Amino acid sequence: MDRRQFFRTSATVGAAIGAAVLPIKKAKAEATKENKEFIGVLVDTTRCIGCRSCEVACSVTHDNYVPDVKNDNALEKIHDTSDKQWTIVNRFKTEKGDVFVKRQCMHCWQPACGAACLVNAMYKTKEGPVTWDGDKCMGCRFCMISCPFDIPKAEYHSWNPRIMKCNMCYERLKEGKKPACVEACPTDALMFGPKRELMEVARHRVYSHPDKYVRHIYGEHEVGGTGWLYLSAVPFNQIGFRTDLGTTPYPEYTKQFLVSVPLILFGVPALLLGLNELTDRKNKLSESSEWTKPGEEHE
Amino acid sequence: MSNAAVFTSEFSRVFRFFLQELKPRGKWLTPFNVISIPIIIVGLVILYFRFVYGLGSVTNLNQEFPWGLWIGFDVVTGVAFAGGSYVVTFVVYVMRNDKYHSIVRVTVLNGLMAYVFYAGALVLDLGRPWHIVNPIIGNSFGYNSVLFLVSWHFLLYMIAMFVEFSPVIAEWAKLEKVRKFLSALTLGAVIFGITLSILHQSGLGALFLMAKPKIHPLWYSEFIPILFFVSSIYAGLAMIIFEGTISHKVFKDLIGDGNHKRNEEIVLGLAKGAAITMFVYYFFQALLFVHEQRWNLIHDFWGYWYLVEIIGFVLIPCCMFAYAVRNRNLGLIKVASVMALLGIILNRLNVSVIAFRWYAADHYYPSWQEIVVTLMVISVEIWVLRWIITRMPVLSKH
Repeated sequence: MDRRQFFRTSATVGAAIGAAVLPIKKAKAEATKENKEFIGVLVDTTRCIGCRSCEVACSVTHDNYVPDVKNDNALEKIHDTSDKQWTIVNRFKTEKGDVFVKRQCMHCWQPACGAACLVNAMYKTKEGPVTWDGDKCMGCRFCMISCPFDIPKAEYHSWNPRIMKCNMCYERLKEGKKPACVEACPTDALMFGPKRELMEVARHRVYSHPDKYVRHIYGEHEVGGTGWLYLSAVPFNQIGFRTDLGTTPYPEYTKQFLVSVPLILFGVPALLLGLNELTDRKNKLSESSEWTKPGEEHE
Repeated sequence: MSNAAVFTSEFSRVFRFFLQELKPRGKWLTPFNVISIPIIIVGLVILYFRFVYGLGSVTNLNQEFPWGLWIGFDVVTGVAFAGGSYVVTFVVYVMRNDKYHSIVRVTVLNGLMAYVFYAGALVLDLGRPWHIVNPIIGNSFGYNSVLFLVSWHFLLYMIAMFVEFSPVIAEWAKLEKVRKFLSALTLGAVIFGITLSILHQSGLGALFLMAKPKIHPLWYSEFIPILFFVSSIYAGLAMIIFEGTISHKVFKDLIGDGNHKRNEEIVLGLAKGAAITMFVYYFFQALLFVHEQRWNLIHDFWGYWYLVEIIGFVLIPCCMFAYAVRNRNLGLIKVASVMALLGIILNRLNVSVIAFRWYAADHYYPSWQEIVVTLMVISVEIWVLRWIITRMPVLSKH
């Protein structure tokens, strides 16, 4: 191997290492373990009376659009959270009468939006809430593509759009308060705490009232487990939940691809350099001999 | 003269040369200019509204469809079309195949322009484009994100392609020493570029892996990244044939009428490559069809639509390529390459837009403003491409 060849090889390898350092760092970050418990909220839909106090409390806390609960007839049709409201209540007509369901971010254990975000603007905090940081976000909306619950919403009519979604009142949690919606709920339909405790309460309710609840706690296993859990009297697909999302955490779907990246980054240059060595040297190309310059004569 | 003085005089010479070259040449009222200038002007007005009043003021994007034509066509499809660059540099520089050397410069230039403009069109779609440097220099590296990888690879690949193309610029500016130095970097840039291409061509497919519940099962599989990579090979080859056909008409005086034979051999070789890779791609799709028991899904509109894509725009152009190569039918090759390109557009749009949320009551369709801006991006790209081709030694003497 001559000197030039050596430099070429080392330059290629160096560049490949440069690009591959990033995944290695990532592996390190994953190895640090969190001993803090994630918190969440248990929603008992059998207790909800559809007063929508949570909607008002949420919007007041976060300076969003405050709905006129008495007059806007929002319960008449099924709607979704929006860039103006981080939480909404829907009414479903079921065999067991009207069921009211509050929707907001589920605060997944392993959030797809967080794995999608290339700048860590969408970020799962140590406490559990998934939050959004406007100083980092570049507005690519990949979080919206990835979220299985379609929670992140973009402000399409702003020159400086924010991604709007429930942050579980992260700023209130840091002050030792509960989320605004939980505090506002007059019927104890919402219960705030570490997921382990919420699961105990949820299981206890289901086991002691088997006639009142379906034996399914939505969020226990869905998409690898979520911070918000739901109890219901009717099967969840009747009250607007997707039951086909599976129990695999969504970041797992891209893991296989990401793991293969270092393999390709190092394997392919090695293969190509080897192939290049093996090819016939006599074919060496002369770079500058046969090109026409515009305006020049050609034969 | 001291070194510094030589450098300064060289620099001012190149600068003056550049200013002189900036002046337009040739006729102004060509059909292309007449069509493209109004498109560019209208596009700029639309972009003004887009940046002042938000994406919602000119696009049909909504909360259910966060990605539309600008991502699905400009970025995802445009990058697939630029795949020819890594395929041809592989053949020429790694495998040292002299036959395709005469198309290597124009192909790399096309690839570079496609990345600058189509991947660059991403900026128009970003809500907060001034944060675009965050994943590059910020303290906020989202290592877990496929998009993080894709954005880094876009950037690095553009640099690699620029290095591959830089000897041409040096030759144009008559900087012989610089050209020699830059030429020595080519193989390294090529190998690095091929590696990056494999990763981000497949990475564009991997973007949709987490959208599992939203993409019609006929288009979703865990193998989307591999399908995207394999199809980018023939997308690139078909694009070279297509672009070659056009530039042989438009830049006739630069290429010359001599040696049709060599050009014919090149096109036949590219078509052969396209036929083989298309068949591999089709075979993989067929395996997926069986493996995932997709026959249960082909009895409704989406099933027929899927068959249109796979049979009509993969299998049929694949057979056309194969037949045309056997019979040295260049006309048929051109038709086949157009069909293959349409098939790529169909596939990329199906995954990213059309079969995305196929169940939605109000499906997204692009607004006229989105279409005009897309045409504007293409027009500006052709303007820059034409400027470079008519000035730099890009096209080969035959």
